[in-house]
Amino acid sequence: MTVATETPLQREPVQTIFEKGRPGRRAFVCPDPGVPVRPRDELLPKAFQRREPPRLPEVSEPEIVRHYVRLSKRNFDLDSGFYPLGSCTMKHNPRLHERVTALPGHARLHPLQDPRRAQGALELMWNLERALSEIAGLPHVSLQPSAGSHGELAGVLLTRAYHEDRGETRTKVLTPDTAHGTNPATVTMAGLEVVKVATNEDGGVDLDDLRAKADTDVACLMLTNPNTLGLFDRNIEEITAIVHGVGGVLYYDGANLNAVMGHTRPGDMGFDIVHFNLHKTFTQPHGGGGPGSGPIAVSDRIEPYLMTPRVVRRDGDNGSGAPVFDLDFDKPKSIGRLRGFHGNYGTFVRSYAYIRSLGAAGLKDASEVAVLNANYLLAKLRAEGVDDLLPLAYGKLCGHEFVLSGAPMKRELGIKTLDLAKRLLDHGFHPPTVYFPLLVDEALLIEPTETETKETLDAFADAIVEILREAREDPEIARNAPYTTPVRRLDEAGAAKRPVIRQEL
Amino acid sequence: MSRYTSVTPDDLREMLATIGVGSIDELFDAVVPEGVRLGREIDLPDGMTEQDVYDHLRDLAALNTSTEDEITFLGAGMYDTYVPALIDMLVTRSEFLTPYTPYQPEISQGGLQVMFEYQTAISELTALPVSNASVYEGPSALAAAGYLARLANRKGRFVISRAVHPHSRETLRTMARGYGVEVVEVPLRDGVTDPDAWAAAIDDDTSAVFFQNPNFLGAVEDAEALAGAAKNSPAVVVGAYDPLTLGILVPPGECGVDVAVGEGQQLGNRLDFGGPSFGFFAATEAYLRRMPGRIAGETRDVDGRRGFVLTLQTREQHIRREKATSNICTSQALNALAGVVYLTWLGRQGIVEIGDLLLQRTAYAREKLAAVDGVTLLHEQPAIREFAVRVDAPVQRVIEYCQDLGVNPGYALGRDYEEFSDGLLVALTEQRTREQIDLLAQVLGEAVAAERGARAEVTA
Repeated sequence: MTVATETPLQREPVQTIFEKGRPGRRAFVCPDPGVPVRPRDELLPKAFQRREPPRLPEVSEPEIVRHYVRLSKRNFDLDSGFYPLGSCTMKHNPRLHERVTALPGHARLHPLQDPRRAQGALELMWNLERALSEIAGLPHVSLQPSAGSHGELAGVLLTRAYHEDRGETRTKVLTPDTAHGTNPATVTMAGLEVVKVATNEDGGVDLDDLRAKADTDVACLMLTNPNTLGLFDRNIEEITAIVHGVGGVLYYDGANLNAVMGHTRPGDMGFDIVHFNLHKTFTQPHGGGGPGSGPIAVSDRIEPYLMTPRVVRRDGDNGSGAPVFDLDFDKPKSIGRLRGFHGNYGTFVRSYAYIRSLGAAGLKDASEVAVLNANYLLAKLRAEGVDDLLPLAYGKLCGHEFVLSGAPMKRELGIKTLDLAKRLLDHGFHPPTVYFPLLVDEALLIEPTETETKETLDAFADAIVEILREAREDPEIARNAPYTTPVRRLDEAGAAKRPVIRQEL
Repeated sequence: MSRYTSVTPDDLREMLATIGVGSIDELFDAVVPEGVRLGREIDLPDGMTEQDVYDHLRDLAALNTSTEDEITFLGAGMYDTYVPALIDMLVTRSEFLTPYTPYQPEISQGGLQVMFEYQTAISELTALPVSNASVYEGPSALAAAGYLARLANRKGRFVISRAVHPHSRETLRTMARGYGVEVVEVPLRDGVTDPDAWAAAIDDDTSAVFFQNPNFLGAVEDAEALAGAAKNSPAVVVGAYDPLTLGILVPPGECGVDVAVGEGQQLGNRLDFGGPSFGFFAATEAYLRRMPGRIAGETRDVDGRRGFVLTLQTREQHIRREKATSNICTSQALNALAGVVYLTWLGRQGIVEIGDLLLQRTAYAREKLAAVDGVTLLHEQPAIREFAVRVDAPVQRVIEYCQDLGVNPGYALGRDYEEFSDGLLVALTEQRTREQIDLLAQVLGEAVAAERGARAEVTA
């Protein structure tokens, strides 16, 4: 099937800003040096000078604005519609956060400012650390990691440092086969070895397999709980006991923390290290793929190895003055830095504003509604009779997200999960995460978040029903979808085979 | 119901009935096992109204001395560069601010094209053909280059100049310890990397060599000579660059650098007390399939329209898992957007003009400060946007003295270099005028005189 007419966005010729430029056009007006100008050669030896200027675009300010605003219209975004991208927690980004982050006292604060003149920033970081500590149930927090995967790396390096300090060389990291791809990639970067643990029929860790692999070579177990199937592992206490029993460290991948805030805490489950994804659970806008933020919380035994600098609070003069905040670099057992400065402070301001807006009750409510919405959407789809074609992969209820298998749909209707996802685009929805987790055939990972109304969830369920009905009549429609997007299906194989990754100038 | 959720009592009843449970508690009973349930409320302050949160965050902001509150010459890796208003507008547009990584390219063409344009701009700036869509920030970008080298040649040593940013050196050491590569530091001579010690440190087991240009002391390194010294070794040559100097400084791709990295904050991003910003990462063609992070590529749709996708994904963690070239999932898309818009705003002429402007003002400031009693130049090397001096008084006290008068004179080098305990690193941006430089010279002179006196008193 083809559509008779192209949409205006489809008709619009695609040109990069480089192609729009004309020699001599400009937006920037350079300030006058205002100082006696000397020949460049006197200040910078000729051999160190660039001969040809970089061919950056030559465009006026109005052209820049128009180009990028038009480009923005070729994006789908969370502020425009439902974005049930599983494991990414696409929850509402309050505009208040953009306003407070932009206050010059935050936005124009230099990271090397004397701590005595950055007391507000350090107090904010301290308060955020305390809040995250309470939410995780672990006493110490470092905000430094730049993303979840960066927090994971911190966690594995800390684990290594902990064991090495005790004179032990442990090389294995256990990761369930449901794990995010970052887990095994991180383990390799930290110089350790991945050992996969199987999943049982309930979607949890296979305890027999865990017992068989848990030995004194195990540095740690990395676990996401609820896991990437959206399931809280019922055997969590036994899992932590097994790993602690062989002297291993327990690492909690906090990607799915949005399901359990205020209900259970990784620290109380027995975990030693947790990373938070501030961009997921604590609503940092995703920015089209970054910036993120991946603070970690740790137990007492891991604390000596945390990255430097640490934010500290000291009592004021004579114990009666206001507390003073400072940065502490003197941590002899620290693994050192993982990046420059103190982490993604701008994301701390936003997440701190979120935590203060919601408070304890609001955070609990967020998790409750996230779980309610996910279970409702799951039940709604079932009530609409789609579970023959798109059955729940594991279990009966879910946490804040759930995995459907598109295998029966593919068999019965001849459309793949990918086709369903692409047809959803024509219905104005961002599709769920597809083909992840890997152990579910034709997987769809759906995470509605607490943001959505019941009406939105109903409309999404209706769209799925409609796509399946349509496919039963004519599977070609879904197979060739989408039709209404600025471009239609793209040749990804060709792009990888003959990479064109910059504009030819 | 909070202000960010919308379940009414009626909704709740209907939703629970559809699920087939009686209450939220019953739902959680099924989700979280009894034994690990938190039997109390988490201990956090109550929620606040939007107005109250604003006031609280504003009050915290007021406790900070920002670059709007003082005339700052503080740099050392991040700079008080002007951010044009059009960038504020673009990075707060919902369409750029609120989507995620472009997993569905049909509805993410805007973001993907921005990445493609960003990669083009970085390739032009560095004269290197391959750029990714950005990484976290500067120091971790340098460490990521180390990991690329390690995977590429499996050698056991990194050689890094002591003139590389201390945070980059420390980040590299943290990471290298993980995968077991030794880090050797090469000392400085006259403010730049000691060329003899550098050449002597490179051997057949050197995985990568790292220098920074301009270096941490602001001095321009002889990049071609440093890269050349590694020519007959297996080492990957990594150069960390200040992108705002690349309009006038010979680009890494033209002096034998294999991988160029750097901090992108100065390209249209706010200081934000150190982040988020972005790191750029560019390389020669040989490393195309070893790059960390996201890369956008051009292609066609089924109707032949030009379009963009994430490409070369077989390098990445979600496919290769433990064999991935990096664990990085995302770029710093929003910050890189600010970066490419900033470079576009500067344009082909502006990038040269701003480089020359920094060069001229730095030369002026250097001369002016060198004329101050008790202040001498720490090195005589060419400098573009930052330079180092020695002050004949306790540096920390001098800085405080100046700050009390509304001028932040720079960074105390002794924090990272015991050999420069009297060193002060002074940074210029296009926002620092001649009048402000003159004021710095005057205030610094007063401070040195006062603190030198104070020290004398203490001694007496």
